[in-house]
Amino acid sequence: MPVRVQTADFDLSSEVARLRAAQGVLAAQIGAIATFVGTVRDVNENRGISSKVAALTLEHYPGMTERALEAIVDQAKARWNIIDALVVHRVGPLEPQDQIVLVATVGGHRGEAFAACEFIMDYLKTRAPFWKKERTAQGEHWVDARETDDVAAAKWAVGAPGAASGKGP
Amino acid sequence: MAKLLYFAGLREALGASGESIALPAGIDTVGRLRAYLAARGGAWTEQFAPERNLRAAVNQEMATLETAVGEGDEVAFFPPVTGG
Repeated sequence: MPVRVQTADFDLSSEVARLRAAQGVLAAQIGAIATFVGTVRDVNENRGISSKVAALTLEHYPGMTERALEAIVDQAKARWNIIDALVVHRVGPLEPQDQIVLVATVGGHRGEAFAACEFIMDYLKTRAPFWKKERTAQGEHWVDARETDDVAAAKWAVGAPGAASGKGP
Repeated sequence: MAKLLYFAGLREALGASGESIALPAGIDTVGRLRAYLAARGGAWTEQFAPERNLRAAVNQEMATLETAVGEGDEVAFFPPVTGG
């Protein structure tokens, strides 16, 4: 499944149905579907600003964003025994409670589907060129990257302490 | 010529989303290009200062300061990403 970057909202059920249907004869081998939906919070992420987020704008790097997401999905497929994965990420103006990102993985068993889904999300957070700008009563500001996201991504490094295991023997 | 692109807060601070430049002799890595841009003065010096936490991509692949840049390349500079 291609990755998609779009301004429009998405429907989880429709996306999962399409992802399953796209597998053709392999669809009957799917025993697990893991999905993650990220939504916009009204909690602002910059220290020292206390007002709530009224709106968010997402900027991206057209071309590179799609390539980066495809590379992340390819890594997940190489590392875990999943059948396929889908990433949909929205850009442009968003408001609190809006859906912002969808990651779905389909595979034979839940363990690999869960792990691949979390891996894709952790890598997306640190490697896909998107930038969030928040608007609060105090004006607009770009969201700072968080170290916790780097820590989350680093845990998947091959050989990292506690790294989740890859494809089984 | 090389195509330079600037994103997010960097784009706003520079007042430019990109430009085409002839790479001067010796400007053959991301790090050297960054130093070259930092020497322009004003907002450029401030934004490309070594202590600024910037990321770069060459031809739409994440790059390091050592990544080679040359004729016809697309080089992007941007703050650490915050999607998802």
